[in-house]
Amino acid sequence: MIPLSWYLILAAALFSLGLFGVLSRKNAVAILMGVELMLNAVNINLVAFWRYSAPEVIAGQVFTIIVFAVSAAEVAVGLALVISLYRRRQTVIAENIDLLRW
Amino acid sequence: MATEQLIWLLPLPPLVSFFLIVLLANRNKALSHTIGIGAAFLSWLAGMVVFFRAVTGEHGLHGLGEHPLHSAMDWLPLGDGAFQIGVNIDPLSALTLFFVCWTVLMIFIYSVGYHNFGQPEGEHDQKGLPPHGATVTDEHGHQHTVLSVEPNYSRFFAFISLFAFGMFVLVVSDNLLTLFVGWEIMGLCSYLLIGFWFAKPSARAAAIKAFMTTRIGDVFMLLGLAYLYSAAGSLSYSVIFSPEVLDRLVHDAAVGGFLGLSAAGLIGLLLFIGTVGKSAQFPLHVWLPDAMEGPTPVSAMIHAATMVSAGVYMVIRIFPILAAGAEHGLTPAMTVMAFIGAFTALFAATIAVAQNDIKRVLAYSTISQLGFMIAALGIGAYVAAAFHLLTHAFFKALLFLGSGSVIHGMEHGVLHTGNHDVDPQDMMNMGGLRKKMPVTFWTFLIGGFALSGFPFITAGFWSKDEILADAWAHGHTAVFWTLAIAALLTAFYTMRQIMLTFFGEPRTKEAEHAHETPWTMTAPLVILSVFAVAAGWAGIPEDFPILGGLVANFIHGVSATLPAAMIEKAPAFNVIPLIASLVVALGGLFLGWLVYRKYKAGATDPVKKMLGGLHTVLQNKYYLDELYQATFVRLFNWISEVFTPAMDRGVIDGFLHGIARVAFSLGGIFRDRFETPVITGAADLLGNGVKGFGREFRGIQSGRIQQYMNVVLVIVVVLAVFIYILAQV
Repeated sequence: MIPLSWYLILAAALFSLGLFGVLSRKNAVAILMGVELMLNAVNINLVAFWRYSAPEVIAGQVFTIIVFAVSAAEVAVGLALVISLYRRRQTVIAENIDLLRW
Repeated sequence: MATEQLIWLLPLPPLVSFFLIVLLANRNKALSHTIGIGAAFLSWLAGMVVFFRAVTGEHGLHGLGEHPLHSAMDWLPLGDGAFQIGVNIDPLSALTLFFVCWTVLMIFIYSVGYHNFGQPEGEHDQKGLPPHGATVTDEHGHQHTVLSVEPNYSRFFAFISLFAFGMFVLVVSDNLLTLFVGWEIMGLCSYLLIGFWFAKPSARAAAIKAFMTTRIGDVFMLLGLAYLYSAAGSLSYSVIFSPEVLDRLVHDAAVGGFLGLSAAGLIGLLLFIGTVGKSAQFPLHVWLPDAMEGPTPVSAMIHAATMVSAGVYMVIRIFPILAAGAEHGLTPAMTVMAFIGAFTALFAATIAVAQNDIKRVLAYSTISQLGFMIAALGIGAYVAAAFHLLTHAFFKALLFLGSGSVIHGMEHGVLHTGNHDVDPQDMMNMGGLRKKMPVTFWTFLIGGFALSGFPFITAGFWSKDEILADAWAHGHTAVFWTLAIAALLTAFYTMRQIMLTFFGEPRTKEAEHAHETPWTMTAPLVILSVFAVAAGWAGIPEDFPILGGLVANFIHGVSATLPAAMIEKAPAFNVIPLIASLVVALGGLFLGWLVYRKYKAGATDPVKKMLGGLHTVLQNKYYLDELYQATFVRLFNWISEVFTPAMDRGVIDGFLHGIARVAFSLGGIFRDRFETPVITGAADLLGNGVKGFGREFRGIQSGRIQQYMNVVLVIVVVLAVFIYILAQV
């Protein structure tokens, strides 16, 4: 059987990838994609821990499903915001959107 | 509606009317008097319903004393228990309610005409002065001066409504405290109404005089109420007039007493001083004649229908306390009352003989008649006092309103001739008004004859006769003769007034052009003149020859108000007091006719010729005003003159200024040593620190989300390393 640490390493790699995308990409849509990657890395962790520590209860899977649902909703809202932003300012570059400064 | 509820509601319409007029209707004259008269009418209606239910109730008037219409509720919580207020209709208050309702309604209606409703507004009229008349041009282009409407019309109806409220409260209340509340409301309203034409200095002075003088009486009355409350533990009639409480007040040394007086006597005297002020008895009578400065309906209201009657009503009400312990003749309190009453009756009657102002004669006659009532009560003639209160209210209201009508007619003449030097109130300027003002003449004649006690027909005869009969029957000959002489003078000055006003030839051009007043003024006169005659028939003694028993003697039921032990039978018929009252009434009237039948314009007043120097004394009211001026007023002026610089400016102001100076310098020290360096310094430091901190650090808020997240990442990594190291150690 594949040891638990492999899954965790995979998840950590995926999370770092997503984090890099969120921090470095300029396009707001790409930032959202990075966020999705980070969420899915967490999902892998959840499922892995469930399988290795408490396979007799269904809670781990249910939790993952809920994260999916929430992230789908979040993406819908996020994309709607991006579209609205683009309509008003003709840009989706995160650097240029700095209304909330001093 | 249950009768008790009706009694609770009875005083309220005039109060509502007062607020409605003051707050909403004060710009609209017609609306104001509609509200005022409507309220008076509602109270009248309620009063009549209550009166007839009371006298035709299951116990009748005689049973009403033992079973009064009574309703009470807790008002002020006082530790164990509560102070109760309530309403109470017993025979005495039923009778009072009857005449108050009628006279108040009549006075309200009369006021509409008296204040010239419907006439144009005068060009020179201003608020606070009587109207001066308005110039109008008729269709032929002629200019006329006519009476103009009162500028403060609405204000008058507001005040007089409040006045009526005070009287109704006083009549229906079942305890002396709410009675006192109504009493004081009337005190305030009399001040406002006597000073109704407040731009006239004399009216202002009269208002202040009336208020201050009655205040003296009221202070003593309040003392009496406090004493009574502490001694009896209640002010409700049912408690304080119960035999046990009366017995305790007389015989229990623990409740006190003073200089040989029992507690009951002292309380009675203190309360009686309140009446001396309110009902204008000697020596506190001086305010009443001056109060004639107010409009005439006010004079009728104050001096006939309500306020002075309230004084007598109160003293009749507390009669059980005054008479408590009178197994042997009169109590000291009653003796004082008999003396003051009889003295005032004679004293005021003599002054009235020498007065020329038509209203002042009536003012002194009011004082005199009130003296009759007080004297009657002083000799224990409870029923006679209440009876005279009733008849006097009617005929005196009639006379005052009649004199107002005369003055109004004379003002018409003054405006016609334009000679404003002629005083429309001076009887010497009148004469011959009989033909000009027939309704006023006949009603005034009826009122005057009632006041004089014209035999057998008028109300005044029966009530005055009853007082004299009581005085004779109980052997108080001094009181009897004093009152008889006063009654003779009463008939004389009344006839003098009637002769000077209505008979002979007009003595001035103004009197020639006098004119009958509108129906709003004459209709109340006619209605009141009916009562001025008929009210007496309710009290004809049953054993009076021929006439006795024709009409059931209603008035004697009033005695049922008293505790059972105090009720006395009416004295048996005696011919001597009857002859006395016939002689004084007819003799006085005849003398008046004889002396004044040939009086011509410009001639000296026959009374002046007869009395010589005494006449001057009488005309100046025995110089009592001057005496008070020289003693009390000067004393107080002197005290204030001395005390203003020394006490007020020196001590009180100096003390206050000293405090101010100390506080000021203390404040300076605190400001320099503490406030500025410590509190202000700390606050500034805090504020500046926050401000500088913000200025330095605002650079990191760039508005760029990714920069923030980088910072978060760095901090998380640093924290993670830190925690890792901590965990290792």
